Amino acid sequence: MAIEITMPALSPTMEEGTLATWLVKVGDTVASGDVLAEIETDKATMEVESIDDGVVAKILVEAGTDEVKVGTLIAILAEEGEDPNALDTPTKASSAPDNQGNTAEGAKAETLTEVTETAAQPKPAIVAEDVHIPDGTPMQNITVREALRDAMAEEMRLDPDVFVMGEEVAEYQGAYKVTQGLLDEFGSERVVDTPITEHGFAGLGAGAAFAGLKPVIEFMTFNFAMQAIDHIINSAAKTRYMSGGLVECPIVFRGPNGAASRVGAQHSQNYASWYANVPGLIVIAPYDAADNKGLLKAAIRNPNPVVFLENELMYGESFDVPDMEEYVVPIGKARTFREGTDVTIISYSITVGQALRAAEKLAEEGISAEVIDLRTIRPLDIDAVIESVKKTNRCVVAEEGWPQCSVASDISAQLMEQAFDWLDAPVTRVNSVDVPLPYAANLEKAAVVDADKIIAAAKAVCYEE
Amino acid sequence: MTTKKNTTKSTSKSSSTKASPRRRAVKSAMYRPSDDDLIAFYRQMLLIRRFEEKAGQMYGMGLIGGFCHLYIGQEAVVTGVQTALKDGDKVISGYREHGHLLAVGADPKAVMAELTGRSGGVSQGKGGSMHMFDPARGFYGGHGIVGAQVALGTGLGFANKYRKTDNVSVAYFGDGAANQGQVYESFNMARIWNLPVIYIIENNQYAMGTSVSRSSSQVELFRRGESFNIEGKQVDGMNVLAVRGAMEEAVKICREGKGPAILEMKTYRYRGHSMSDPAKYRSKEEVKKMRAEHDPIDQVKEMILKAGVMDEAALKDVDKEMKSIISDAAAFAQECPEPELSELYTDVMA
Repeated sequence: MAIEITMPALSPTMEEGTLATWLVKVGDTVASGDVLAEIETDKATMEVESIDDGVVAKILVEAGTDEVKVGTLIAILAEEGEDPNALDTPTKASSAPDNQGNTAEGAKAETLTEVTETAAQPKPAIVAEDVHIPDGTPMQNITVREALRDAMAEEMRLDPDVFVMGEEVAEYQGAYKVTQGLLDEFGSERVVDTPITEHGFAGLGAGAAFAGLKPVIEFMTFNFAMQAIDHIINSAAKTRYMSGGLVECPIVFRGPNGAASRVGAQHSQNYASWYANVPGLIVIAPYDAADNKGLLKAAIRNPNPVVFLENELMYGESFDVPDMEEYVVPIGKARTFREGTDVTIISYSITVGQALRAAEKLAEEGISAEVIDLRTIRPLDIDAVIESVKKTNRCVVAEEGWPQCSVASDISAQLMEQAFDWLDAPVTRVNSVDVPLPYAANLEKAAVVDADKIIAAAKAVCYEE
Repeated sequence: MTTKKNTTKSTSKSSSTKASPRRRAVKSAMYRPSDDDLIAFYRQMLLIRRFEEKAGQMYGMGLIGGFCHLYIGQEAVVTGVQTALKDGDKVISGYREHGHLLAVGADPKAVMAELTGRSGGVSQGKGGSMHMFDPARGFYGGHGIVGAQVALGTGLGFANKYRKTDNVSVAYFGDGAANQGQVYESFNMARIWNLPVIYIIENNQYAMGTSVSRSSSQVELFRRGESFNIEGKQVDGMNVLAVRGAMEEAVKICREGKGPAILEMKTYRYRGHSMSDPAKYRSKEEVKKMRAEHDPIDQVKEMILKAGVMDEAALKDVDKEMKSIISDAAAFAQECPEPELSELYTDVMA
C-alpha cells in the first residue's frame, strides 16, 4: 500500500498553509522521521516528517504553493517492494478532507471552516464613526493579528516607557505571532520573554507600572491569567483607590480570551464578566481589526489598568483599517454596526460576527435587526444600548460565555431598571451552554453561540414563530 | 528550630550548627556607626516603638478599625535597611508597615490619621492600616495580600534597571510570605535579568500562629534563593548595626548590576500577629527573654551610653520628644475629619 502524506495542521485553528520547500525529491529513499518538507503559516514554520520508511513516489504539491488546505494530499511514498512508478494518485488526492465527519480530523475541519466563515462574513469597510478619519485616508486590509502588532509598535515608537512582556513574545515572535517583529525593532530590553510564571510577571508588570512604566503584559491566553488574577485585581485595579490617588498603575493585560477551537474546557473560557465586575479596571473586547488597533492604542495610553480581551479565532481575519498615524478609538463607546428597527442585538468580540450574520438572515425574513458592538465592557456604554432599545423596543444580548452573572445578565438588569417602559418583550440572553466547554466537535458546536441561536432569540422577542 | 543564639558582638558565628560546614552562612561585617548614626538609629526606632504602642492603645479604645499589625520588636530591621538607601530607591512592604512609612519619613500624623480613617491620612482614609503609600518618598505600599509585594517589588527593580539608573528596590516580606509561590517566581526572574532588588525577609518566627519550623521545610530562609543562584545572608535583625552592615553589601551588589540579594533578618515581634491575636502559641517567657536580652532599642541605648554620646538624661529627653510627637499625631488622628462622602467615588479611575 502506498503511504499518503497530507498537509498537516500546525495548530487547532490552522486551515491552510504554504508548502515552502521540499527537502526530498522523487526517487529518494526516506526513513521514518526524515524531514520531507517545510510548511509555513502566518504564525509558524514546521517540518513535515515522514511517518514511515519508503521511497518518494510522487510529489503532488510543488514547493512555494500557497493556501494548501490542511489534509490535502501532498506526496505519496512507495512502501518497500512497491514500484514507485506504478502507483496511482488517489482520486480525492488534492481535495480537502471530506465533510462526512468520519474522523476527528474531518470533523475539526468542518467546525473550523464554519467558525471562520461566520466570523468573517460581513466585513464592513466603514470603521468606527467616532474617530475622525480625514477624507481620502487610504484603507489597508490587514488581519486582527497585524492590527494588534501595529498598535503596539506605534505606541512603542512614541513612548519609551512602553514595553511588552510575556511568554514567547520575543524570540518566538509570539505564541500566536501577535508580537511578530517587535524584538527586531525594539530589542530585548523592551520585548521581554518571561519564564512560564503568570503570577510572577503579572505582579512584576504591575510593580513596574507603579514606578511609571507602561507595561503591555501578554498572557498566552487569558485562561492562564487566572494564576495572575490576584495581581490584576488586588494590585493593579485597587491601588489607585487605596492610595488616595497617589499611585497609579498604567498597565495593559492582553491576550486571547474565550473559546478557540477544540482545545477543551481549561483553554476555552470568556473572562469578560469576571473582570467587568471590578471597579478600577477597564475591560475591552473588540471585534474587527480597526477596533483592535485603535482600542489597543487607547489602552496603552490610558493611565488605568486595562484588560484587553482578544480572540484567537479572529487573529487571522482581515478587515479594513484606516492607514493613518493617529488611529485611536475612544474607550467606553459602543458602536452601531448595522442599523435596524425591529430588534437590537447586543454583542462583543467574536460574537459580533455571529450577530451580523444573524441580522442578515433576519433581514431576509423581514425582521430589521440593529447590531451593536459594545467594544468596551467596562465602562459599559449602556446609553447606546438604551438609545437603540428605545427605537426597537426589543433586545437580544448575545455573548460567547456562560449565562449566570454574565455581561448579558448585567445588560438585561440595567435595561429593566432604565428602559423598562420602552420594552415590548423580555430582554433575552443568548449565551454559551452552562457547561465546561467539551472537546468533541459536535458537543463543542452545540455549546457555543451561533447565528441560529441568535436568530431564534430575535424571532422570539419579535413574537414570530 | 535551629535558631541561633543572638549576640550583639559576634560577627562570624555560623547561623546553624546543624548545617554542613560547606554550607555555612556567610556574615556581613557590622556597620561602624558615627555618633550621629547612633543617635539617628535611636530616635528612629524609638519613634516607631512609641507610635506602635499608641496605635495599640487606640485600637483598644475602638479608634482604629479592621486589622492592625504592630511592628514592636522589629524596629531595627527597617531602620537599618532604610538608612542604607538613597533618593530614587524604591521600597514596598506587606501589611505590617506602619514602621516602614515612618522610616521613609512620612509624617506620623498622616500615618496615624490613616489608621483612624481620616481625611488627613496618607491615603486620605481610603487605605487603612494595611494599605498606605508614599511614592514621593519611594514607598509603594502597604499590600494586604501576603507575598504580592515580592512580585511588585521585583517590578520596581525592573523599572530601575529599564531606566538605567543605579537605584535599587527593596521588597520586605515575612517568614509567612516566604512560602508563597510568587516569591520564587520573582526570585527566578530577578536572577535571570539581574534585577537590583533586595529581598528582606523579616523572619519574626511566626506566620500568624504557625512557627517557621512547622511551616517551612527549609527553616534557614536566607537559603531560599540558592536554587536561583541568589546569594542570601542571615542577619541578626535585632541589631541595627548588623542590619545596616548587611544592607551596605547588598546595596553595593545591586547598584553594580549584580543583584538581586536576599537578607534574612532574624527578628521578633513582641505583640501578637494582629491586635486580635493573644499569641497563645508561644510562651510568655519566650517573649520576655527576647525583650530582656535582645531588644533593638536597648542595644543602641547601651552603645550610646558606652560611647558617651549621650547620657541617661539626654536619652530621656529624646524619649519625651518622641512621646510628644506621637501624642500630637494621636490628637490629630482623632480631630481630623473623616473624608467627605464625595470621596467615596474619587480615585477609582484617572
